Amino acid sequence: MNDLVVQTDGLTKRYGDRLAVDSVSMTVRRGEVYGFLGPNGAGKTTTLRMMLGLIRPTAGTASVLGTTAGRPDVTARVGALVEGPGFFPYLSGRDNLRVMARYRGLGENAVEAALARVDLTDRAGDTFKAYSLGMKQRLGVASALMGDPELIVLDEPTNGLDPAGMADMRALVFSLARGGQTVLLSSHLLTEVQEICDRVGVINGGRLLREARVDELRGEASLRVRATPEDTAIAVAMRVAGEDAVRRTPLGLELAMTADGAPALVRDLVTAGVDVHEVSPTERSLEEVFFEMTSEAPTTKEKAA
Amino acid sequence: MTTLVENPVARSTRAEMLRMRKWPAVWVTVAVWVALALVFGYLFPYLSYRTGDLSFAGDGDTRDQLLAEMLPAALPTVLVQGLPMFGGALALVLGAIVAGNGYGWGTWKTVFTQGPSRTATVGGSLTALTVTVVGILALTLVLFTGVSLLVTATESQALAWPSAGALAESFAGGFLVLEMWALIGYALGTVARGPALAVGLGLVWALVVENLLRGVGALLGPVEAVTEVLPGTAGGSLVGALVDVATNPNETPGVLDVLSGGQALATVLAYCVGLVVLVLVVVRRRDVT
Repeated sequence: MNDLVVQTDGLTKRYGDRLAVDSVSMTVRRGEVYGFLGPNGAGKTTTLRMMLGLIRPTAGTASVLGTTAGRPDVTARVGALVEGPGFFPYLSGRDNLRVMARYRGLGENAVEAALARVDLTDRAGDTFKAYSLGMKQRLGVASALMGDPELIVLDEPTNGLDPAGMADMRALVFSLARGGQTVLLSSHLLTEVQEICDRVGVINGGRLLREARVDELRGEASLRVRATPEDTAIAVAMRVAGEDAVRRTPLGLELAMTADGAPALVRDLVTAGVDVHEVSPTERSLEEVFFEMTSEAPTTKEKAA
Repeated sequence: MTTLVENPVARSTRAEMLRMRKWPAVWVTVAVWVALALVFGYLFPYLSYRTGDLSFAGDGDTRDQLLAEMLPAALPTVLVQGLPMFGGALALVLGAIVAGNGYGWGTWKTVFTQGPSRTATVGGSLTALTVTVVGILALTLVLFTGVSLLVTATESQALAWPSAGALAESFAGGFLVLEMWALIGYALGTVARGPALAVGLGLVWALVVENLLRGVGALLGPVEAVTEVLPGTAGGSLVGALVDVATNPNETPGVLDVLSGGQALATVLAYCVGLVVLVLVVVRRRDVT
């Protein structure tokens, strides 16, 4: 069985002079939660729309579940919430799902199961237009979950949710992954992605900057050491951690080593007559990595110029 | 994932029927049509008949003629004579909102990710629209039959039914006229990606522009040739042929005798087929954002 649920190759979308998506090649593997990161206007939603067959690529290809994106036999196996929930405002939440279930050829039980999964059963009889933004979002997720699709595409699913709703959504995505479903999650909430995603792709200005595991992207853990005299501390640290593992920073020394090595390091520093003021483990957050990457990336406007 | 209904057009039709059945705007449109049809088809003629004021709604008819037009035997005529003007305009509105609102609400985006192809989805939507048009006409026939029976009983007239053939011909012709206008509305709603512009342009065209062009056409030959292939001319002429307007002058707005029955039928059918093809091509090719 093909392990790649989504594979794009040079996917490009141009609107006149504006390059919205620029030769994006990415892969989503079966059973993983893939985070698609990027600032607003980076090209995330346009890329997702091409994967779902809603818009045609200007160039490149997108393969979903082993075949061309957008084909009806593929679309039926994908559940999607793209750029906000689109439902009939005069219908109740339940009737909106009934309509979508009929399109999918599903029965009433699929509707009720989806409502229960997003905790919307109690308000399912209210009209969609009376829903709060968070409830609309949950209904969109419910629609995407109906029929247990193999791939679930969620574009900013936590938009409009309160903190409790966001926690529920994270738990839901975890449970989907545990159930073997593949989730492609687009978001600009980096802590959310850091917590629930296995791999991420970072896009900015229409270009995919990096695709990697979350821990790869955040880099190795390190130790931050503040000690005096610093030159002696550097010499000791190089002996303990290795010459290439020590870096001087404005905040002190940064050692490429885990916290497990801290006791031996402190012992050697003290033995060498060094005063140790602070030893703390440091780990770059996804947010830091993201801002480093996206601040270097050219914007779409710059490229068009 | 197992599905209960395998045919994607059937699935789409069931889905569209559900959302149209529960849409207040559809029922408002139907109610307006029913009210207009009853008022102009029976209420005004009956008031004219009872008061003896022939200028009120009688188009110069005698009281006996007015009464005869309200009895069951006249059902084939009364059923269709309001369609070229009010019926067509309201069918256009119906088609425009069914197609156009989905772009503003983002529902087409949701629907196009459910499984059926765009062709099947639009096919289902058009089928549901067609079923609604048939339902509207059937409801009208039932109401008209009831009212005409009431008039028959109230005025102590002998009960005489129209021939089944005449009634079927009238129903089929009326359906084609309504369907053509509903498809024009659907096409406009699709192209405009919204109902407002589609309804506005459609109504201005149907109620104003075509009539103006026909007026100009009486003076300019080339314009007259163009007006003969316009939808209002075709629909009005088809109804005109059904009510035999050439031999029984009918002053109902929109009922014409510009084209022969055969020409009018062919033109209306051409519009129906052409509009379906246009909608399918546009929807299949466009980006849904």
